[in-house]
Amino acid sequence: MATALQAVSLSKWFGEGEARTYAVHDVSFEARFGEMLYIVGPSGSGKTTLLSMISGILRPNAGQVVVEGQDLWQLPDDDIARFRLHKVGFVFQDYHLFPRLTTAENVAIPLILQQRSWNEALQVATQYLEIVGLQGKQALPPVKLSGGEQQRVAIARAIASQPDILIFDEPTASLDGDTGKRIVSFVKEKILNDHRCILIVTHDSRIFEFADRILQMEDGQIHGLVSGRNP
Amino acid sequence: MTGILKIAFKLLVNDKGKFAALLMGILFAVFLMVMMTSMFAGILKRASATVLNVGAQVWVMDPAVNNVVSSIPMPDYVLDAARSIPGVNYAVPLYSGAALVKLHDGTYQAVTVLGLDDATLFGRPPLLEGRIEDIYAENAFLVVKDSEFAKLGNPRIGSEFEINDHRGTIVGIARANTSGLFGIPTLYTTYSRAVTYIPSTRFTAAYILIEPKSPAALPRIRAEVAKLGYEALTHDEFIQKISHFYTYETGLGTNVLLMTIISFVVGLSISGQTFYTFILENLEKFGALKAIGARGRELVVMILFQAGFTALTAYGLGVGLATLMITLARMRLPDYAAEVTYFNLGLAFVMVLIIAAVSSLIGIRKVTRIEPFDIFRG
Repeated sequence: MATALQAVSLSKWFGEGEARTYAVHDVSFEARFGEMLYIVGPSGSGKTTLLSMISGILRPNAGQVVVEGQDLWQLPDDDIARFRLHKVGFVFQDYHLFPRLTTAENVAIPLILQQRSWNEALQVATQYLEIVGLQGKQALPPVKLSGGEQQRVAIARAIASQPDILIFDEPTASLDGDTGKRIVSFVKEKILNDHRCILIVTHDSRIFEFADRILQMEDGQIHGLVSGRNP
Repeated sequence: MTGILKIAFKLLVNDKGKFAALLMGILFAVFLMVMMTSMFAGILKRASATVLNVGAQVWVMDPAVNNVVSSIPMPDYVLDAARSIPGVNYAVPLYSGAALVKLHDGTYQAVTVLGLDDATLFGRPPLLEGRIEDIYAENAFLVVKDSEFAKLGNPRIGSEFEINDHRGTIVGIARANTSGLFGIPTLYTTYSRAVTYIPSTRFTAAYILIEPKSPAALPRIRAEVAKLGYEALTHDEFIQKISHFYTYETGLGTNVLLMTIISFVVGLSISGQTFYTFILENLEKFGALKAIGARGRELVVMILFQAGFTALTAYGLGVGLATLMITLARMRLPDYAAEVTYFNLGLAFVMVLIIAAVSSLIGIRKVTRIEPFDIFRG
């Protein structure tokens, strides 16, 4: 499997001198196309910080994030924003859907940011809502949907721009066990493909069965990298 | 970029409560600002009513005169001297004074009497009824049909009244551009009759009206009049002098200015606070947009659009409401002095732009500081 991105000796610390605290310390790994890679660990282990650095959101203090042979953090800010817009899809823990927009408009946001026309963006958004099983709900505001359905809207928004890398932050945190499993199973079956890499930050062991590889973090460092199914 | 603006628009107007509060705050401020400045403009226009209605190009007066009503009579030689200034086409005296008339029903009414030069009747008003030649008839007066007309008992041609033990007869009904400030009716007659009928001082010419041969003659006329110890002002300069007096020497301008500033501050406070709350409530969403890939300047454009759209909509509604109020007030109160001028509208517009700019600045500061990482951290 080809490499989607590579983290090389990534470190992030806060404070200086004796007060310096490492959130992530000298972490290296690679994520591959066609795999679902989990980053797991207890709260405060640095998994969200790591995810933020590899997705172009948080600048590391040291190390590199190599995408398509180029260090992401050497790019100008506008190019990093463009990288996030075109190459990365985010599904946030709280979804962060706009309650004043319809579901279709929410899904269309990345497309609109890509300068696609309003009508075209809505048309594409409706297609992606159908892919995630929300046909006929494009005109509803997100607040009229259940938690699982809102999660699907967030997924549709994340995949609408056809990103190479999909990032899920605690995707099951706001869902009951069955719904969480159904969502992750759906993502694995329908969203993951050979040209896409999915990174999931979670500490929900009930969904570990869907992972191809699991990267275990503790105190800002990788403590183990195991193949999936039965870590 | 239009797609981004459409998102900004929907985020704004779909939050009906906040949008209404934002609109109300600015609308209220615009309404008060336009009302206050319009009333002031109306007062200033009425204060210059005689200058506007008589319409002479150059007015000669005592330098101490600061409004048209408080004229200081000039000796006759000033008129002769003015007539002899090179560049003067003609110069005529104008009498302006106050009198009491006794109406048919026995009541008294204060009036302003303007006495026109007998030979030329320069400065005469256009007539709605009657003939101007009749002003030379015995006891003849013209009455101006303005908002004070009814105070003379709605006179018709032939109506009679008593003025300082003299009989007065209405021979014409005139139209005026604007009513006076002090709510008293205006009568026109000849200069000679005015000085005969109304008790006055030794000098009788309140103003000398000059028609220059050309605008180029004006500096010379000014200089020659100044040598006599008097002042020659153009029509616009005289209006400006009157406005200056009411604005800075009566307290009226300060009061209106204070009210306008208070309206501005109230509008700024309401809209600034509401817009800040609106941004705070959407801060995480803006952070999510940033994480998705929106650039900082796109978020700035969104906020500027939201603030600008709200401000301009509220401005339009505020101006409309003020105009409606003034129109309704005029229907009920003929004396109501308010004028919506381009200057007032421009002033309110500039203040609204400041409100929008300050409100959006608060939002922009918040949004540009939000880190997408905070969205992940929750």
